[in-house]
Amino acid sequence: MGNPAFDEVWGSAGPEASREGFEALAAWIADTPPHELDRRQQAAEAAFRQLGITFAVYGEDEAAERIIPFDIVPRIFSASEWRGLKAGLEQRVEAINAFLADVYGPRRILRDGVLPAELVLANPQFRPQVAGARPPHDVYAHICGIDMVRTGPTDFFVLEDNARTPSGVSYMLENREAMIRLCPELFELFPVEPVDDYTDLLFSTLRSVAPHGRGSEPVCVLLTPGHFNSAFYEHSFLADAMGIELVESADLEVDDDIVWMRTIDGRVRVDVIYRRLDDDYIDPLIFRPDSMLGVPGLMAAYLAGNVTLANAPGTGIADDKAIYSYMPEIVRYYTGAEAKLPNVETWRCRERQALTYTLENLDKLVVKLVDGSGGYGMLVGPTASKAEIERFRDALKAEPHRYIAQPTLALSTVPTLTEQGVAPRHVDFRPFCLTGADGIRIVPGGLTRVALREGSLVVNSSQGGGTKDSLILADRPRRRSIGPQPMRSGAD
Amino acid sequence: MLSRTAASLYWLGRYVERAEFTARLIEATIRLDLLSARPAGEGAWESALAVVAAEDGFWFTGEAVSPEAVGRYLALSQANPSSIRSCLDAARNNAKSVRTALTREAWEAINRAWLFVRDVKITDGTPAALAMIEKLKAEARGFEGALHRMLRNESSFFVRLGAAIERADNTARLIDVKYHLLLPEGEKVGGPIDRDQWTTILHTVSAVTAYRWLYREGLRPGYVVDLLVLRHEMPRSIAASADEVVQMLTAIGRRLGRQGEADRMARTRQLMLGRSTVNGIIAGGLHEFLRGFIADNARLDHAIGQQFRFQ
Repeated sequence: MGNPAFDEVWGSAGPEASREGFEALAAWIADTPPHELDRRQQAAEAAFRQLGITFAVYGEDEAAERIIPFDIVPRIFSASEWRGLKAGLEQRVEAINAFLADVYGPRRILRDGVLPAELVLANPQFRPQVAGARPPHDVYAHICGIDMVRTGPTDFFVLEDNARTPSGVSYMLENREAMIRLCPELFELFPVEPVDDYTDLLFSTLRSVAPHGRGSEPVCVLLTPGHFNSAFYEHSFLADAMGIELVESADLEVDDDIVWMRTIDGRVRVDVIYRRLDDDYIDPLIFRPDSMLGVPGLMAAYLAGNVTLANAPGTGIADDKAIYSYMPEIVRYYTGAEAKLPNVETWRCRERQALTYTLENLDKLVVKLVDGSGGYGMLVGPTASKAEIERFRDALKAEPHRYIAQPTLALSTVPTLTEQGVAPRHVDFRPFCLTGADGIRIVPGGLTRVALREGSLVVNSSQGGGTKDSLILADRPRRRSIGPQPMRSGAD
Repeated sequence: MLSRTAASLYWLGRYVERAEFTARLIEATIRLDLLSARPAGEGAWESALAVVAAEDGFWFTGEAVSPEAVGRYLALSQANPSSIRSCLDAARNNAKSVRTALTREAWEAINRAWLFVRDVKITDGTPAALAMIEKLKAEARGFEGALHRMLRNESSFFVRLGAAIERADNTARLIDVKYHLLLPEGEKVGGPIDRDQWTTILHTVSAVTAYRWLYREGLRPGYVVDLLVLRHEMPRSIAASADEVVQMLTAIGRRLGRQGEADRMARTRQLMLGRSTVNGIIAGGLHEFLRGFIADNARLDHAIGQQFRFQ
């Protein structure tokens, strides 16, 4: 609101100019009439609806299945921008896995006083049930979705680490499919890195972390809460693309600490479970006894080392918003280097000084629940009403330890199709990082979420956000064209 | 294939078949009620409830038997687990949870029928109700067509197995109700009401023309029983349904490389039906025969669930 935001294509000068290296995209935007963009956008959305790429909004009628709005104007990262991001992401997920191995193991970082022990040990996301247990190959967070924001040409920040069950990767893949079909000329204009091998990489990551001695063809499954879950489409999409079974907890049983799935041909032993179910719901014997979901005995099988859970139970401690504020120290502690990707400046309201500052500046800050997600339980000071601010003031005073505050960033914008033509809208970015026994793999791409309302900074799909394709430009010359080829006549 | 996936596909087949059968039943009842020379009146709607064993359920709604009330209960009531609406809800939920095992056409046929029934308001004897039923039958045919274009693997086999089991049950119930419940006191067997009722039953299973082709002698109850129980060439007959159950189980067994109790039961049943004659069935009591068959069918359903670990 009022902040002069950095636009990733047009820079700060508006549609008349464009940033160096982005001229071709700026020209494409300028030359493609809005009604043509609109036609293509509608074709993409119609295809998504037919495929059933829908999500359910909690609190709405069951029949209210919606698609996430798709924006036809892509976002572009240059090869060098991506190189920087990739190195920073690798460093960050490496630190996250080292941190998890440490806090569930020797707890050196707590002994060395890098962060307060009670912040970890008394955190609701810390799972004492798995303390001391080592997952196969020592990998905890196999799939991470790191939420990034940008405020200037080289100013990228990590907003949030999602180390539990990050979703959205199906949009990255489906958006690309739609773009190749509807805007093939873009892929002639630019050499774009492909993202379509994500599911292959995910599959090999899962297989690489199977328990030792389970052969070269371990059985992997994807565990979904079921088709009422808002991300069910993604679950079925990924299982289908990897050619693995999409199981619900009722399909699994644990016998003598071994996990089996029930098939029409008898029991089949399961080695790796890509679970899209929160810790709380995976095993009613260990976590929530009232859970209808979970598989009784699953945790015993995990602790016995007979099955791999991806991600491992307990990874929530690494993406907790209170821990987040210590990530620069955590990265330095485990990698010995400064974090290549900085955090957003964060005030921990559990600290007296920070609380005072936050209360004095509520109208300028973004305040978040440390355990909230999806844009719920969040105050965006500059756009909030007086009443909302006062409600948060009371909540903060009552339970300061549950909140953090961050400055309202002037998030970068990207040209986006609106009812008034193409105009800048704020975006964020979630790349997906895979960690297997054989290292870290990051597909050149990610999910760009865009706040479709003018001036809005909230990109969550549950709050009116949309998505865009994110094109990473390759260093090599552009790919051979994929459009129709002119016919060659005669023999040559 | 996961057992749950198989169970969902099997129940998807059963529910679609049941929805279609209920639609046909309502249509037949409307006909019986309106077109008969001597209208059967409430009796027709009461017998419709009896066919689907829903007398008690309807009684609990507290409503009097009338074309509107029974029609609504059979077609749209969410309190009735076998109403068309409930069946399509259940079918769609099953389809959704095994979405990747179905083709897009099969999914769309179910989704369209579901969306359509959600918006239906009237189910009495009006042309609108008949149009609704025509549309539902068309969607059911669309689903069956889509099913036959799916890969010939376990996915389509389980849907068709469920449909065949359900069809066997429905046809048996239909004949049974005619034999016992529909005969008003003092009315002669072979009289006009009796003939109307048999015709309606033939109509319910789209067999009026088939009957004329096969039996040139005009309507005789024994022939109707023969057609609906024993004739293999009649797609909805008990014998044809039993054949299809065996075929589907055999096809699944071939893919898995082994067979089980359900296969044995299904083949035994097929054999028994093959040895039966219509005179034998009637001499032994048609009602007893049908009751026995419905119970056998339920046991076979149970054995299928056991064999493929549905639970």
